[in-house]
Amino acid sequence: MSIDAVKLCVSYGAHEVLSGVTFSAAAGDCLAVLGPNGVGKSTLFKCLLGFIAPTDGTVTVGGKKILGMPRAEAAKLIAYIPQTSVPTFNYTVLDTVLMGVTNSLPAFRGPNERHTQKALEILETLGIPHLAESGVEKISGGERQLALIARALIQDARVLIMDEPTANLDYGNRFRVMERITHLAANGYTVIFSTHEPNHALEYANCVLALKSGKILTFGEPNAVLTERTLSELYGIGVYVGKLTIGGAEHSVSLPYNR
Amino acid sequence: MPKFTHTDKLISSASVRARYARRCAALTAALIAVFVVSFFLGRYKVSPESFWRIFTSPFTGGDLSDISREVSATLYIRLPRVLAALLIGAALSTAGASYQGMFRNPMVSPDILGASTGAGFGAALAILLSMNYFGIMTLAFAGGMGAVLLAYLVSRSSRLDGTLSLVLAGVMISSLFSAGTSFIKLIADTDNQLPAITYWLMGSLSSIKLEDLPFAAIPIAAGLIPLILLRWRINLLTTGADEAKSLGVNVAGLRLAVIVCATLMTAASVAVSGMIGWIGLVIPHFVRLIFGYDYRRIIPMSAILGAAFLLAVDNIARIATTTELPLGILTSFVGAPIFVYLIMTGGQRREH
Repeated sequence: MSIDAVKLCVSYGAHEVLSGVTFSAAAGDCLAVLGPNGVGKSTLFKCLLGFIAPTDGTVTVGGKKILGMPRAEAAKLIAYIPQTSVPTFNYTVLDTVLMGVTNSLPAFRGPNERHTQKALEILETLGIPHLAESGVEKISGGERQLALIARALIQDARVLIMDEPTANLDYGNRFRVMERITHLAANGYTVIFSTHEPNHALEYANCVLALKSGKILTFGEPNAVLTERTLSELYGIGVYVGKLTIGGAEHSVSLPYNR
Repeated sequence: MPKFTHTDKLISSASVRARYARRCAALTAALIAVFVVSFFLGRYKVSPESFWRIFTSPFTGGDLSDISREVSATLYIRLPRVLAALLIGAALSTAGASYQGMFRNPMVSPDILGASTGAGFGAALAILLSMNYFGIMTLAFAGGMGAVLLAYLVSRSSRLDGTLSLVLAGVMISSLFSAGTSFIKLIADTDNQLPAITYWLMGSLSSIKLEDLPFAAIPIAAGLIPLILLRWRINLLTTGADEAKSLGVNVAGLRLAVIVCATLMTAASVAVSGMIGWIGLVIPHFVRLIFGYDYRRIIPMSAILGAAFLLAVDNIARIATTTELPLGILTSFVGAPIFVYLIMTGGQRREH
């Protein structure tokens, strides 16, 4: 399923947060959104998810306008995977995943045995079936992120919006979560994730959107558009971009320096 | 690492559910036990045979004229009080639990939006105007509903984030009404009205009559039933507005439903019994320690535990001393030590 943003503009009073943002992503795409802090990544995601109305422009998912759509209907098209944080209430992983089926339930119903079965299947494909009855407070950040991914998958939405999926994760968990994300795209999901790590865009994304001052600085294939110049301009620091051949495969990597 | 299969996990989920079912059965049994015992406590003794005859008489049509004093003690004095304690305990606990989910904060109590202080002001005003018990209940209920409506309207026109503006508005409206209550106490007649207001504000069920019960029962049922039906969705409110929306929930509508239901129950409770603090804040916490975090269990179990707890405390209030102890004082005296014990021993064992 494709998601299309056309000429998105968002202003808060006189302050323009986004202006003229146009891009699209289709099934199988893994789109990384890069940009310095406060550039409007969160605002962009809120527009894509229909949480806020853009001042101008439209967002469509599978050809349907997301804004003004009933939430239960929108939840079947597009899912949101927030940054992991330790939640106030210590739900079990299974209950967390089951929250994802709410969009297909009548208001007065809760999930049933069939939903539980489906939730356990998804946990198994993500490699964490043994955590079903664990409280989310006690598991690692990476496992918690996988639980949130499972919750999005059970929604049956084909477009996944991920807000910094690797924030607060250690080195190993960042790798595991990014691997999962590329698997999802390979399985036909449309994945859009934000990140502060250009190497994740270079390594895992097939498409990158770099935002600067609310406008698109560059949009395209990561290896082609994430040049030293672009990254330097984006973050205001010096950046080397080089090729490394590891295990027979060529990887692009970036490294910052004090210019 | 051991390899887990589906069936393993299903069995494990089933055993977790079986454990909760056993705890639920134990709690329900405790509620029934407290309920039955309540009829035998108090200065006027009722024998078990009389008790049995009184409660089976609607089915057997037995003649009760030889035990008419026991009948009136049981049906007209103890029964209304027992039913009121059950209703109000359940109402305050579920109202507290729902607000805690909605505000994503386990330290929230049912009077966060001003329902109790508004009702307290209404009651104080009614006592100042020398109104009868029915007048006190009516003004108290109106005060509670009015305070929350004010807080809601203020927050609606605020540009702050939804729940933050609601809490701030609630705190402000609360302090306004409590200042109003203080002012009424200042100008009230110190011989009769002031003690009456003070005593009422501390909470008591001693003066409740059978005909007053619908006044509490109808609003409480009107609030409790929708919350029971919506209990799964309250879980989603605890994830925050954006996540709940992304999961397909109409967040504004659900929040409004929770506010209306919880306020109906709180205002009706305070109108009938006066201020009984502590229960709405802490009973949901006990329930989470025993039954976990899923609101499918928290709502009904809060109702049962809250009902049993308030009834037990009211029994103590009735028998402990010759003059009735106010409930507001006793709930803390009885509940706080139990709570401290539970915190220190860890409550729910964390196997995982």
